[in-house]
Amino acid sequence: MQQIINFVIRNKTSLLFLLLFGISLALTIQSHSYHKSKFINSANFITGGIYDKASGVSNYFDLKTQNDILIEENNRLRSQVFNASDSTSKIIIDSISYSGRYKIQSARIINNNYASSKNYLTINRGEKNGIKEDFGVITSKGIVGIIDNTSNGYARVLSILNTKSKINAQLKTSDQFGSLEWDGKSSSIVQLTDISKFAPVREGDTIVTGGKSSIFPKGIPIGVVDNFELDISGDTYIVNIKLFNDMTNLSHVYIIENLDSDEIKLLENPVDD
Amino acid sequence: MTSLNFNSIIRFVVLVLVQALLFNNINFLGNINPYPYILFILLFPVNNNRSLFIFMSFMLGLFVDIFSDSGGVHAASCVTIAFIRPAVLKFAFGMVYEHQNMKFNNTEFGNRLIYFSILIAIHHFIMFTMEIFNISNIILILQKTLFSSIFTIILCVLISVLFSNKQR
Repeated sequence: MQQIINFVIRNKTSLLFLLLFGISLALTIQSHSYHKSKFINSANFITGGIYDKASGVSNYFDLKTQNDILIEENNRLRSQVFNASDSTSKIIIDSISYSGRYKIQSARIINNNYASSKNYLTINRGEKNGIKEDFGVITSKGIVGIIDNTSNGYARVLSILNTKSKINAQLKTSDQFGSLEWDGKSSSIVQLTDISKFAPVREGDTIVTGGKSSIFPKGIPIGVVDNFELDISGDTYIVNIKLFNDMTNLSHVYIIENLDSDEIKLLENPVDD
Repeated sequence: MTSLNFNSIIRFVVLVLVQALLFNNINFLGNINPYPYILFILLFPVNNNRSLFIFMSFMLGLFVDIFSDSGGVHAASCVTIAFIRPAVLKFAFGMVYEHQNMKFNNTEFGNRLIYFSILIAIHHFIMFTMEIFNISNIILILQKTLFSSIFTIILCVLISVLFSNKQR
């Protein structure tokens, strides 16, 4: 017993190092498995508050660009409204499907990362605004990511520029779908994998969300096809997509809540015990 | 033996905040970021309580991790360089370090550059390996390590020269 205690005292630095290294290794491994990184995230009271204060200052430098983006969006929506006045059918179908099943809130991005291979964003809306996990996040131009962690006043968004992210997407012109992933290289190019080689893919085609998950509605724009090649197996394409969104310059986003998602989940995952 | 003085605590807080708010958002040429917060570990007083030093380094890494949503990668690489620091000090400074009365302000520039470079390169290599976590991307890891290390070394040298109060 004496010898064990002596051993611990003699090697206390090495043992402390091994203990702390083990803890951080465990945290790292945990953060690499989806939906488990609970402890270490920037959506808490302290870091959220600091980011909120800092972005309150830095937002002023970006006001001009953000105004231009807003005017552009208003322009598009206005032209939709005016042009729909004679043929009412098209716009009404859209607005019913939105107001019936999806609820939309606005939020501001207070921290944006795009340089590492696992990128997250922090937004200034949280549980007190009714935000929960698995809500979708979009801008006026296209999708941004999915909420994966919330605190009282802040929420963390798993960006589409994250190697863990997987989102259902499809071609705008046909219904062949695949999953949207990221290889961690360029912040403006993402990959659409598992799309059948019989799909009519052409360069310049638009890619939209597929509506096969309960998170995003169908038809939210993502980007255009930059180039594509056959997978090693030869059955599916890997399509490089150039994003509509400039992920390096985001400020105002919309959060989409699917009001039917509980019902859909209940149907898809029947009691499995 | 109070090696954790007021000065160190101020340095700790300032470096974490500057890293989170400024240096994480530089994104030079797309995705190259410097990590000069490890100056806290590099310039920690030499005659210290080693267990406390390793623990402080862990906390430093953990705080940067919380701010940048990166799991535990900074914490792991910080404890590692804190643990191997005495060996690197002995290698870089030789006799001066053995006499135990070394101050970083009075050392030669060349020695200090070697000391910084070794620890920064090790730190960045461990960090990017754990962040990417995929050995088939070894080229990407080495490339990121190289570019970020150069950036961090330049910034660390500049900051340490700028804020050194050399007695003449």
